[in-house]
Amino acid sequence: MRIMREALAGTLESSDLMVRIAPRAEGLEIVLQSEVIHQFGIQIEKVVRETLARLDVVDALVVIEDKGALDCVIKARVQTAVLRATVAPGDALSPRRIADAPVDWSALS
Amino acid sequence: MIEDTIVTENVKSRLAGVLLPPGIGPFGGITAPVSDPAARTRRNGRKLCGDLDEAIRRSGLKNGMTVSFHHAFREGDKTINTVMERLAVLGFRDLTLAASSLLSCNAPLIEHIRSGVIRKIYTSGMRGKLAEAISHGLMAEPIHIHSHGGRVHLMDCGELAVDVAFLGVSTADEFGNANGVSGRSHCGSLGYAMVDAARAAQVVLITEEIVAFPNAPASIRQDQVDLVVAIGEIGDPSKIAVGAARMTSNPRELLIARLAADVIEHSGWFEDGFSLQTGSGASATATTRFLETRMVRKGIKAGFALGGITGGIVELHQKGLIGKIFDTQSFDAVAAESLRTVATHYEISTNSYANPSSKGAYCDRVDLVILSALEIDLDFNVNVITGSDGVMRGASGGHSDVAAGANLPIVVAPLIRSRIPTVVRRVTTVVTPGDTIGVLVTDHGIAVNPNRPEIAARLKAAGLPVTTIEDLYQRAIALTGEPEPIAFQDRIVGLIRYRDGSVIDVVRQVKA
Amino acid sequence: MKLRRSMLFLPGSNAAMLSTAFVFRPDSIMFDLEDAVSLREKDAARILVFHALQMPVYRDIETVVRINPLSSPFGLTDLEAVVRAGVDVVRLPKTDSADDVRALEREVERIERDCGRAVGSTRLMAAIESASGVVNAVAIATASPRLIGIALAGFDYVMDMQTERGDGTELFYARCAVLHAARYARIDAFDVVYADVNNDAGFLQEVELIKRLGFNGKSLINPRQIDLLHNAFAPSQEEVDYSHRVVAAAEQGERQGLGVVSLSGKMIDAPVIEHARVVLRRAEASGVRK
Repeated sequence: MRIMREALAGTLESSDLMVRIAPRAEGLEIVLQSEVIHQFGIQIEKVVRETLARLDVVDALVVIEDKGALDCVIKARVQTAVLRATVAPGDALSPRRIADAPVDWSALS
Repeated sequence: MIEDTIVTENVKSRLAGVLLPPGIGPFGGITAPVSDPAARTRRNGRKLCGDLDEAIRRSGLKNGMTVSFHHAFREGDKTINTVMERLAVLGFRDLTLAASSLLSCNAPLIEHIRSGVIRKIYTSGMRGKLAEAISHGLMAEPIHIHSHGGRVHLMDCGELAVDVAFLGVSTADEFGNANGVSGRSHCGSLGYAMVDAARAAQVVLITEEIVAFPNAPASIRQDQVDLVVAIGEIGDPSKIAVGAARMTSNPRELLIARLAADVIEHSGWFEDGFSLQTGSGASATATTRFLETRMVRKGIKAGFALGGITGGIVELHQKGLIGKIFDTQSFDAVAAESLRTVATHYEISTNSYANPSSKGAYCDRVDLVILSALEIDLDFNVNVITGSDGVMRGASGGHSDVAAGANLPIVVAPLIRSRIPTVVRRVTTVVTPGDTIGVLVTDHGIAVNPNRPEIAARLKAAGLPVTTIEDLYQRAIALTGEPEPIAFQDRIVGLIRYRDGSVIDVVRQVKA
Repeated sequence: MKLRRSMLFLPGSNAAMLSTAFVFRPDSIMFDLEDAVSLREKDAARILVFHALQMPVYRDIETVVRINPLSSPFGLTDLEAVVRAGVDVVRLPKTDSADDVRALEREVERIERDCGRAVGSTRLMAAIESASGVVNAVAIATASPRLIGIALAGFDYVMDMQTERGDGTELFYARCAVLHAARYARIDAFDVVYADVNNDAGFLQEVELIKRLGFNGKSLINPRQIDLLHNAFAPSQEEVDYSHRVVAAAEQGERQGLGVVSLSGKMIDAPVIEHARVVLRRAEASGVRK
């Protein structure tokens, strides 16, 4: 999937995370901040990379501020950010537009 | 002087020709035994110092000596920082700082450690920037972390000999009678300070308000005190006497509290006249509320409550559900007010609270205690000091003391805090040995120490969700994943002293 | 028979609650994608719930998802997500007629076939939130074999009736109508949420009322209410003791081949025995009332 625009997903509440994704010319850059980085930094980065790979995101800047979210929450927030970022820049990011976006649920599993 | 001379001559004539036993001398005049020669003319005000510098000078403090403080003013304390600042300005070096505990407000001590004013520290715990800096290797000598009871033991066995105790009190009279229940900066019980007042070579009271003699009640008494000095502020009342913790509305904490009350009800110790201690944590405080309905339902009253006292305990006391309160630290304004006004709410020193080598400690007589944990491992060892990043951020407190003394120590904790599991394979730091822990209550279920099979049987019979600690561990890991071990350097930054003075674990410097 | 006393509502967009709510052990957990989620977060909540449903910790607890109405832009995508994620029950909001249920059923079946899920394995429940829904309650309750229950939702209903929530008088007809429809269709009936979470006494009063009316349970918005509700639904010690005696007498009668069984001189017939068994099952689930 191609990242067409900058997008955000998630919150900064405990057990959640904020994901910011933006277009990048070549390759993947992941910037990870986490409250639990000492004990789970490696695992979080692995989940982020796997999630992006399943969605075929190869060029993107991904900035994550994690507040101790579980893996399934990390997956969900990254996926949400990606889906929001793949809407063409000209399109308004309206709820209707989001609702109509075709979703390949098997790629999100 | 003339009168003295006459009297002495009189005695001399009476004793003429008398051979006194070796080592016993004749009467030398009424001023002779008083160390301060000017005592007769200014005996009433002789302890009063004009300012802190005078008090420090008169205390005889020298480089390399040990100074002590108490932490009953908690985050509102200004005594420790103010005194250490003066000691730094006056050029003291290589001091040992023995505080009953240190908190976030003590961050200014970092500077005094760097500049060599403080060389060594004894404390029950640390928080904030100071803890962070020490965990990252600020001190040349490792810090000593002791329990509340263990601190008194270290003093009594001679390792921790306090040369000058600087004791903040909310009111004192010029003769050294002081308490913590009156005055602007009142904190309630002076349980920690009472220990130092009875043991330090020199006792200096630092107060905000000098009141008329005799100040009563006298938690610290005139016969223990050498010097008294008034300073502008010993603390910030808004941070000392915080209002009673509101009953938590966090459903997970309430769930844990209810389960803890269930455990107490079916523990076998829930009988008329039982005794209890609860900490200040949200779940522990809420437990008292759930306990109330169970006590009323079964017509059971507690004989006494012990320890750090909260508004929740005071409420049960007021309702007649607890007979007596023994208070070594008042956690909130409600507890402090109760101590001031209620006859059956008693102030006790940490010596009688928890010292393992005292002639009798209340913690050995308590039935049920609710304790907290940052981590607890498969052997039930508890860590209340180091956080998930390896940095010290807590206090040993009375944890290991009451765990060792109580009939049934119950640890309450959420199984997972955000992504950090509480139940782990091996705790980062052992503060309280697992052998002394009876039951672990989490939001995912209850685990009973295998060394207490009778408790497990009772709880299961009552239909409580009892499982094994291994099972709780597996549940936690299934949700969070296996945590990476924290990266430490070899260098030791902290010694964890068990209550008997022995070293039960060490804390190493975290990798930057 | 599955006990459904407590159905705990969780906002589908709240990561922290989704990560821990299973510890409260309600009989069912309902993830909400509808009113509790703002328009801007509909996509995020849907994906979050999609993953929460697949967490192993929710495997042994009944999961319900309240989707957006199929007439909204979100409803069908919600349904795609949750049926694929293995939800136990889909809750349809604002059900006005049997056609609403049948339309939902068709889509569910299509998705089940698409994703390889056993056809019929996704159960449904319908929330009745209008005068029209109450009037059509019997038709709604009997519209699909997938239905496990119908629920009354008070907020929209009282608006539609041009009144407001009060002492329960305003819900009296709707409660009775929904309950009768459910009993007629042999499915469960759920009462409205009680919104004043700090008023335990008021909550318990309402629970007592709906229990006596015959509801299976209630939708809840605060986990704290679960224990209160379960305790209120738990039988008393006397009821349990009596039920034990009834069941024992019935079993003894059966062994002895007696047609009619009596206990302490009173005849006990089939409905009494059945009721005693229900009481014992409740006691097993909730313990004895405290």
